[in-house]
Amino acid sequence: MNIAHSPHAHAPVSIGKVMATVLLALTPATLFGFWLYGWPAVNLWAVSLIAAIVGEAFVLRLQNRKVRTVIMDGSGILTAWLLALSLPPYAPWWIAVLGSLFAVIIGKQVFGGLGQNVFNPAMAARVMLLISFPLEMTTWVAPAQAPGLLESLRITFLSQPIDGMASASLLGHVKTEFTRGIGLDQALTGYYAPMDMLWGSRAGSLGETAAVLLLIGGLFLIARRIITWHAPFAMLLGVAVPALLFNAIDANHYAGPMVHVLSGGLMLGAFFIITDPVTSPNTALGQFIFGLSCGLLTWIIRTWGGYPEGVAFAVLLMNAVTPIIDQYVKPRIYGRDRKGVALPAKKGT
Amino acid sequence: MKLFDLRGGVHPEGRKDLSVGRHIRVLPLPEKLFVPLQQHIGAPAVPVVNIGDHVLKGQLIATAQGAVSSSIHAPTSGTIVALGDHVAPHPSGLPVPTITLESDGADKWIATQTVDDPFALTPEDIAARVGAAGIVGLGGATFPAALKLNLSRNSGVLTLIINGGECEPYLTCDDRIMRERAAEIIEGIRLIALAVAAQEVLVGIEDNKPEAIAAMQAAAQGSVVKVVTMPSMYPMGSEKQIIQVLTGKEIPAGGRPADIGVLVHNVATAFAVQQAIRYGRPLLSRIVTVSGGAIKTPCNVETLVGTPVRELIAFADGYAQAATRLVLGGPMMGQEFTDTNVPVVKGTSGVLALTAAEVGQAEASPCIRCATCVRACPVGLLPLEMAAHIRVSDLSGAVDLGLKDCIACGSCSYVCPAHIPLVHYFNYAKGDLAAQERSKLKQEATKKLADARNERMARIERERAEAAAKRKAAKEARERAAKEAAEKAASETV
Ligand code: SF4
Ligand code: SF4
Repeated sequence: MNIAHSPHAHAPVSIGKVMATVLLALTPATLFGFWLYGWPAVNLWAVSLIAAIVGEAFVLRLQNRKVRTVIMDGSGILTAWLLALSLPPYAPWWIAVLGSLFAVIIGKQVFGGLGQNVFNPAMAARVMLLISFPLEMTTWVAPAQAPGLLESLRITFLSQPIDGMASASLLGHVKTEFTRGIGLDQALTGYYAPMDMLWGSRAGSLGETAAVLLLIGGLFLIARRIITWHAPFAMLLGVAVPALLFNAIDANHYAGPMVHVLSGGLMLGAFFIITDPVTSPNTALGQFIFGLSCGLLTWIIRTWGGYPEGVAFAVLLMNAVTPIIDQYVKPRIYGRDRKGVALPAKKGT
Repeated sequence: MKLFDLRGGVHPEGRKDLSVGRHIRVLPLPEKLFVPLQQHIGAPAVPVVNIGDHVLKGQLIATAQGAVSSSIHAPTSGTIVALGDHVAPHPSGLPVPTITLESDGADKWIATQTVDDPFALTPEDIAARVGAAGIVGLGGATFPAALKLNLSRNSGVLTLIINGGECEPYLTCDDRIMRERAAEIIEGIRLIALAVAAQEVLVGIEDNKPEAIAAMQAAAQGSVVKVVTMPSMYPMGSEKQIIQVLTGKEIPAGGRPADIGVLVHNVATAFAVQQAIRYGRPLLSRIVTVSGGAIKTPCNVETLVGTPVRELIAFADGYAQAATRLVLGGPMMGQEFTDTNVPVVKGTSGVLALTAAEVGQAEASPCIRCATCVRACPVGLLPLEMAAHIRVSDLSGAVDLGLKDCIACGSCSYVCPAHIPLVHYFNYAKGDLAAQERSKLKQEATKKLADARNERMARIERERAEAAAKRKAAKEARERAAKEAAEKAASETV
């Protein structure tokens, strides 16, 4: 006889619900991206999702695994969604397809599926694209010139660049200006408008620019107890603290904390990427260390590295370190000291 | 009073409102009672009656044997009709040795001895009477109460904690008994305190039971007993956790509360102690919560030990809808049962009939390493890592991660979004571990036996050889003597 085991009750949660909540939290920033960059952004997003679903279903079929249950857990969709948000909005369709397939197949299923992957699939795909297709991955457009539907189809599917729309992201611009020997004060003129940065009206990835909306989404996830504050706030700290220090030393050479925190993929990274349960540590302290390191690395790469943006690289590097953090950072067990030795028996108060 | 922090824990939906509003009612006398010989931790009791014997209510029918055991008394008057196996609330689902008693309907007590001033008794006397009354921990642990009193008296108790937490969802039997019998409980608590010479007495009650807190506070007025309100959280009523919250101390790993000068008893146990000491009544009945979404009229019933649970379900007007799962105890740590002939035993706190929606069962999916289980664990374990080791049969890896410290509270399983039966893994692994240790002990015992046998054989061999050598020496001596004598005789003749 098969006796059911306790507990005979369960919290009203499931992986599907967790993923759905995260998608919900991403929606405002995504819609803002659509509004900002118009139809090309919508196309790109849709293509990413479809490619991920079809690609994952195909691989699951090959393995004779249940297609429906795995697709319905929503993790593949979330991965593709995050990847789409990190792409340049006018990127051609095949960038989205390649990236999505890479993310769900190489990034996840090859490792054994959900929960087994070492690296964040969306970030792995982003880095792969960045290295393989540097041009397509760094062609930014300035917002507020949203093209019509027909034009957008040409942009996404025929890769027809639109003259006069190309622009540079803030970090990219700063980096280029540096190589030309131009200081920050000049480089930022006309480029850095704090309010635009906050709301996201700037050149950048599809869904990474709306700092405030991403922050709201992240706070929503914290309130719903899907994520905790440790990793995200540690990451913001990890970027802001060195930025503040170096900016105080040489303001003409090092951007200040606000520029750093509001630009690039930091907000998306802090609240939605490094909080990926699979590839981050298990304990609160571990997550704090992980987040802080991700932030520091991001700042270092942005400041001294070859690429203007460092979030994806920093995350992948720290993903590799996660097992080590988990090995060393463990909670103290009841009745034992930190080393695991039983507490002494004592009667005194 | 200052409370101390607790790690982890979960907040399952209470569902206590189903049954909490109704007064405790007494279940009508069942026709037949099925009294298992083992209703406690330790060795089963040994029957002292035979088939056909007529017994009175409260008469000893099975006596404790060995160091850890408890006596069992006839729940009502009647005739012993069977001594044999019957279904029981046992995890294995297998029948266990049971005394079957057919009620004669008279419910006639044996002569009981009332004590007018129980506080004049000596601590030893109190413990002895508690033992004779067959009282075990009624919170669910069912450890023989007298034993705990004696152990604690010998090691010294600073703090006596009385557990009125009742953190399991659905269960309201402790809540009701505190509301309705507070004076008796407080007297029982004072008797326990006397028995162990406790310096401080705390009653911990969760803040979701304001009426019980008020009743207990009123009854405790002017005594040493202090009623403390604790936050509602699961597993607040677990021994380790209630000690931590009230005293800030932790039981050392592998140790007992006595190691830190604490003794914990449940409120219902305190009531049983009072009844046993003041009125000489052994433990024959307990309050059982009958509840769950599938029960028509959830309620609390004072039930004789040995009553088949189907009578309780019938008393609660039967099912309102189909029950997906029947559970003895609370939903978090209780046990499923399928045969409603299982009897209520001393440790049965609840009989639940749950609907599919309440159980919320779903197929397990892969672990997403979300660490929700880590945050929920009140012990500070890493359930996902332990489960990963157990899945590949690496028991020692799981032990290194603290498997033996797991209190099987089920908080991790309750919150896991992947619906992984974590606590089931842990219980299973602990069972395996216990089996391994038993077989190791057995091997050692066998080896000892074999060694002893070899030793014996060697000794016999040695003795045989020695005897042979002796015989040979004696023979040689005789021969030598004979020879010498012959030589002497020869020389004399010369
Ligand atoms: S709660 Fe479940 S899914 Fe999450 S880490 Fe623990 S075992 Fe894995
Ligand atoms: S069952 Fe064990 S591992 Fe799970 S939460 Fe309770 S103590 Fe922790």
